[in-house]
Amino acid sequence: MTNSVAVAGVGLHPFGRFDRTVTQMGVSAVRAALEDAGNPSFQSVFCATVYSGVAAGHKVLGALGLTGTPIVNVEAGCASGGAALMLATNAVRSGQCDTALVLGIEKMPRGIIRSSFFEPWREQSGLAATPAYFALRAMRLMRDSGITKEDLAQIVVKNRAEGVNNEIAMYRTATTVEAVLESRLVCEPLHLHMLCSPNEGAAAIVVQRSDLARQDAPKIASAQLRSHLPGSILGEATPLSGVADENIPAASTIAAHAAFEEAGYGPDDLDLIECQDTDAAREILAYEELGLCARGDSAQLVRNGDTARGGRWPVNLSGGLLSKGEPLGASALAQIIELSNQIDGRAGIRQIENAQIGLAHTVGRGANAAVVIITK
Amino acid sequence: MTARMVHDGLFRFDSDGGIRLLGSRCEECSHLQFPVAETCSMCGSERSTTIDLERQGTLWLSTVVTNAPPGYLGEVPYGFGVVELPSGLRIITLITEKEVVEFGTPLRLVAHDLGINDDGEMVVTYAFSPGSS
Repeated sequence: MTNSVAVAGVGLHPFGRFDRTVTQMGVSAVRAALEDAGNPSFQSVFCATVYSGVAAGHKVLGALGLTGTPIVNVEAGCASGGAALMLATNAVRSGQCDTALVLGIEKMPRGIIRSSFFEPWREQSGLAATPAYFALRAMRLMRDSGITKEDLAQIVVKNRAEGVNNEIAMYRTATTVEAVLESRLVCEPLHLHMLCSPNEGAAAIVVQRSDLARQDAPKIASAQLRSHLPGSILGEATPLSGVADENIPAASTIAAHAAFEEAGYGPDDLDLIECQDTDAAREILAYEELGLCARGDSAQLVRNGDTARGGRWPVNLSGGLLSKGEPLGASALAQIIELSNQIDGRAGIRQIENAQIGLAHTVGRGANAAVVIITK
Repeated sequence: MTARMVHDGLFRFDSDGGIRLLGSRCEECSHLQFPVAETCSMCGSERSTTIDLERQGTLWLSTVVTNAPPGYLGEVPYGFGVVELPSGLRIITLITEKEVVEFGTPLRLVAHDLGINDDGEMVVTYAFSPGSS
């Protein structure tokens, strides 16, 4: 017998650049989430972060006078928030605790991010340019799926149009295909506005047994994390040498299958999706990996507007990372908060009708992919 | 000026003046890896043979990097991509062209001077360049 698990409360610190410490941002998000949940006691804390250093979650809870429970800091690249949510969900589902607090905090370095993922010789040789790996993946998608640079720009236009209405987003102005294509070319085919900005922010979620939360609190139907299978190159793992991976499923696909199976839903059941738009091509690749279309068929989804507001599957109604920016530890949790708010009827000006089942997807270095399904 | 390999064991200088990339072939499952590794990333075996990798390949993916990434010793812009060797192994590499290279273009392995390090040595890495050897 396992417990039904609810999103009992949510809290966000805006995403952007701030003259505040990562601990201060975390305090804001945690305070808001606990208040939203009616200030319950909790028995476990999972803190997602990549760049915040030693015992970062402990510092946030310490500042609030809320230590004493187990506090675990979780790192899984861009999927860190999804990983922390999975741990909290499992803890509550299994009866290990009634209520768990999940937080994600980040204050990213500026510029191209230096990552200990790369050995020094790769850095010296110019092989540690993260946007260049995104560009190669985008090139592959263009070759395999007939995606054009205009399609990539269209994703930016779609997501930035939603970011206008999200008060926590870093970029709150709409844009055009022309403006995106006129922005500086970073690595062919990716222009500056097709890449999300690493930035700062915090998010927190109170995960609780459904029978203890308010009756209509959104439910966590599944929270899955998977790593890549051996042998692939540039699917999403970006291991630095590999063999042909055409028949190796991506970590995102494996995580999505697991989440769909546990939740008892498939892609056709989804009302909205938040997915990893680290760059515009990454979002389109996710359409294929999550099973919204067959491999190679994503161009028609973009061109039909199937993933825009009013389409078959609205994707990134929060504005996505292209509008919000990406504070690694917090970004996945912000996706889940968007789904919860939409399903809860609390999304304000961004609210869509009949939001009942939503999917959040993150993927990052490792490779890790997290897929979370939230339901009414 | 003294030349220094960017990383020991990455490649070796050949008798004809060229370089050869060194890889591992797993004795259990035949999986190929670059660079040389103690364990097989496909099956975990610790039994492997160090081999010379092929010097000739074809372009699988390519882009051009316009901003110097952290720690890079060379100049921008520079070509960057993935070369596919006849054995099927795909390798991340510098590409000597400063523009996107077409899929399937024949490429050959070359030694590539990156720049001078703090000890006044020329740091040499590998790259692939359009053409046949």
